Amino acid sequence: MESTDIIKPENLVYKRSRLMTEQPLSYCPGCGHGTVTNLIAEVIEELGIESEVIGIAPVGCAVTVYDFIAIDWIGAAHGRATAVATAVKRVLPDRYVFTYQGDGDLAAIGTAETIHACNRGENITIIFVNNGIYGMTGGQMAPTTLEGMKTSTCPYGRDVNMQGPPIDITRMIAVLSGTYYVTRQAVHTPAAVRKTKKALLKAFELQKTNKGVSFIEIVSNCNSGWKMSPVDANRWMEEKMFKIYPLGDIKVDGKMLV
Amino acid sequence: MAIEGTVVVEIDRCKGCGLCIEACPQHVLDFADSKVNIKGYRYVVLTSAGCTGCTNCAIVCPDRVLTIYRKKEA
Repeated sequence: MESTDIIKPENLVYKRSRLMTEQPLSYCPGCGHGTVTNLIAEVIEELGIESEVIGIAPVGCAVTVYDFIAIDWIGAAHGRATAVATAVKRVLPDRYVFTYQGDGDLAAIGTAETIHACNRGENITIIFVNNGIYGMTGGQMAPTTLEGMKTSTCPYGRDVNMQGPPIDITRMIAVLSGTYYVTRQAVHTPAAVRKTKKALLKAFELQKTNKGVSFIEIVSNCNSGWKMSPVDANRWMEEKMFKIYPLGDIKVDGKMLV
Repeated sequence: MAIEGTVVVEIDRCKGCGLCIEACPQHVLDFADSKVNIKGYRYVVLTSAGCTGCTNCAIVCPDRVLTIYRKKEA
């Protein structure tokens, strides 16, 4: 059912960003990472800053992103993306520098780097995709895994007496004076995607003003790790993840909300 | 006059996650009947008229396989 009289260049309302390469995304079907990767490309294209932006991709599912967006990238050691971003931004302060990290990278092995970069108030953007599991390595428990959630290293569900409750690193860094804009978004519905895009636009624009860290957490699904279909995983995320990680702005213009 | 739109699917890039089918407010997207693409995934097709070109399917698609066209008002 494709009507040829509508398929004309002047009727085009949406197509993939031209910054996306022809390489098919390596993410699993339905993974939120793909949507986030595309949103970053769209935002960079809209701002027209593709020759001034430097992305830092560390280890995890996030690492393969340098194959997909045609901008400058640096691969960082596991967890050290914010440290590398600090160096890049200090040497080239007129560039837009952002990190693209998962929860295993940012909230587990890279906790120290994350907290100290936020505390120093580096003028960078941190994009944090939180799916509550170590997706790339086969679905092991992450610090962000929910209570009772089954993973390959906690097959009977996460026991908070043994492993502690899920860590809310976004709230932790929001109280630091170095952060200027902290928000938590998702990409499971069209409305959520539009909000996330707005947040990304704001975060990149803030880098011009030298105010401090802009931090965007994106709560995402990991349907392979959670052993669910993409549609079920998004429903599960709405029911369970959003209770622990409620969506919305946490800190705007350097002031804590709530 | 109703708003007319259409969707062009890059079939071989589709991974058959079905998120666009869920997001379509007009319910005009579905999997192609017993067909798979070059990678062996089920893929999405426009099944009936009624697409308004709202782009909801395109922006939830993680692989951005959908290109959207909407007829300009005369």
